[in-house]
Amino acid sequence: MSNIVVIAEVRGGTLKRPSLEAVTAAKQLAAGAGAEVAVVACGAGLDSATAELQQSGAKQVIAIDGPNFANYSGDAWAKAIADQARSLGASAVLMAHTAMGKDLLPRVAALLDGAIVTDVIEVACTGGTFTAKKPVYGGKVTMAVKATKAPFCATVRPNNFAPAGSGSGASVSKVAAPAGELMAVVKEIIGSGGGRTPLQEAKVVVAGGRGLKDAEGFKLLEELAAAFGPGVAAVGASRAVVDSGLRPHREQVGQTGKVVSPPLYFAVGISGAIQHLAGMRTARTIVAINKDADAPIFKVADYGIVGDAFEVLPALTKAIAAAVGHK
Amino acid sequence: MPMDIVVCIKRVPATDATIKIAADGKSIDPAGVTFELNAYDEFALEQALRIKEQLGAGSVTVVTIGPKEAQKELRDTLARGADKAVLLVTDKWMFDGASTAAALAAWIKTQPCNLVLCGRQAVDSDNNQMAGNLAARLGFASVTEVVKLTLDNGVFTAERDIEGAREVVSCKTPAVISCQKGLNEPRYANLKGIMAAKKKPFEETPAQLGAAALEVVSLTLPAARAAGKILGNGADAVPALIQALRNEAKAI
Ligand SMILES: Cc1cc2nc3c(=O)[nH]c(=O)nc-3n(C[C@H](O)[C@H](O)[C@H](O)COP(=O)(O)OP(=O)(O)OC[C@H]3O[C@@H](n4cnc5c(N)ncnc54)[C@H](O)[C@@H]3O)c2cc1C
Ligand SMILES: Nc1ncnc2c1ncn2[C@@H]1O[C@H](COP(=O)(O)O)[C@@H](O)[C@H]1O
Repeated sequence: MSNIVVIAEVRGGTLKRPSLEAVTAAKQLAAGAGAEVAVVACGAGLDSATAELQQSGAKQVIAIDGPNFANYSGDAWAKAIADQARSLGASAVLMAHTAMGKDLLPRVAALLDGAIVTDVIEVACTGGTFTAKKPVYGGKVTMAVKATKAPFCATVRPNNFAPAGSGSGASVSKVAAPAGELMAVVKEIIGSGGGRTPLQEAKVVVAGGRGLKDAEGFKLLEELAAAFGPGVAAVGASRAVVDSGLRPHREQVGQTGKVVSPPLYFAVGISGAIQHLAGMRTARTIVAINKDADAPIFKVADYGIVGDAFEVLPALTKAIAAAVGHK
Repeated sequence: MPMDIVVCIKRVPATDATIKIAADGKSIDPAGVTFELNAYDEFALEQALRIKEQLGAGSVTVVTIGPKEAQKELRDTLARGADKAVLLVTDKWMFDGASTAAALAAWIKTQPCNLVLCGRQAVDSDNNQMAGNLAARLGFASVTEVVKLTLDNGVFTAERDIEGAREVVSCKTPAVISCQKGLNEPRYANLKGIMAAKKKPFEETPAQLGAAALEVVSLTLPAARAAGKILGNGADAVPALIQALRNEAKAI
């Protein structure tokens, strides 16, 4: 039986949630292909992540574990994963479209000389043919493709599939991380201790634009984010405020920033330029707060409030805190 | 050690272009669309020029697999300071990462090259896959979405943003590096550069693209979001919003 392989992302011993979403996508493919799901993870000290993956509904979990893999190395990891994929007879290889997924999966796909499609929002396998849908042209168009070469390799957009959570225990095998040269290797990770919720993993994104004017305005936005409780909401920004130096580029949402797809997105003082929409139009629910009733953002928003952000935000923060039970 | 640098570029529709789907349902209608150099590739070109300037030696060759019209974008890179431009001509569709990377890798293998710079992502395909794909085919190291890059004794130190933190990567050469906004401020061509570009080598040959690994089934416009509701004005509308988020959208 052929395998749909998922590359799981484990950082600091912790399994990243988008990997479980990729398992869900893999299960859909497995059902269509008459295949089974195998998960491969790399790192050093994978036991707790492996235990979690065991319950994800995969048939088997392979942990490539050892000191040489303590830090991420795209070249070394891709080789080890491609070897596993070959011996598993992988007909497809999936990974989440995260910073690691974008770095690693293309290397694996090239080593396997397969087809590659990235940032997919739908996948299927019918009659032995793998198909996928993905946004192109900054989300202005949805492209449907079919693979004409095997294996089918894809990265899966976070927050598009429910995370796989149930399944009987998968078999686990441990493989020693191969020794050997690491051409590129992570030396250090800076600033991970801040407890910030990563923009792309946040359940709620509260994004601010030029309408918030200054640091004072963004303080109001940060208070709204905090009102959702710890680890729920992240602050985003339009390019206008990033270019002005008010917020760091890692917070930029849009075509030249991050693409986010959270269950809930707030656009506050953001006009809704096409390049901004490219980064957030697939959010499930969009709320816009803008003092200009004709701002284009209201055309994509599910709910709008016309008004001054400096007046609306404090009231909204209070109401959200009360509604979700945080202070 | 001098670096012979290949910069990969792509001609893409301007980000504010209105995209219409052609009658075949599988391609876009180019009428009325302005094309430009992919924004991220400008960072790649700028970094290549800076590395050459730092080392005081080496070469910067710019390559694209694209249509005849990409001559314009290539000429612009020569005017900004690249040494040589190569157009691998094709009229095929350009989203298939596997066949594009294979053809680029095959061409790069014929060149003196120990560094390839490309953009993080082409804003038409939105693939974000070229660097790793190319690097594995070339047997090169790779780092993607780099926002800071230094070179010391043939070893790069590269910084990249990951979810909630920043990675510092040590990367040997030869390498492929994909460039993210923030890496540098690209220079523009000046008149002197534009004049100098006319005398620089410009090669044009048919691209050797193998069989495609992906076939486009359809292009569609994403379903328009249903018209939203304006719930009211100012802070008075907040209770209505909370109601809607809780009972209708079930978002809180
Ligand atoms: C190649 C390219 C790439 C780009 N990539 C991106 C990208 O990735 N992300 C991105 O965001 N943009 C991007 N842009 C820029 C984009 O075109 C817009 O310029 C930008 O999104 C505008 O930001 P903004 O909405 O914050 O500012 P503005 O367009 O100035 O809008 C400010 C809004 O705030 C409202 N406002 C003002 N005061 C208040 C108040 N007190 N209370 C409430 N509302 C108020 C105004 O009515 C207005 O609607 C890109 C542009 C180009 C050319
Ligand atoms: N047809 C092409 N010719 C040359 N370089 C390309 C081509 N397509 C993509 N690239 C390069 O690869 C980068 C990433 O593209 P992509 O992986 O398609 O999003 C781009 O920014 C370019 O630097």
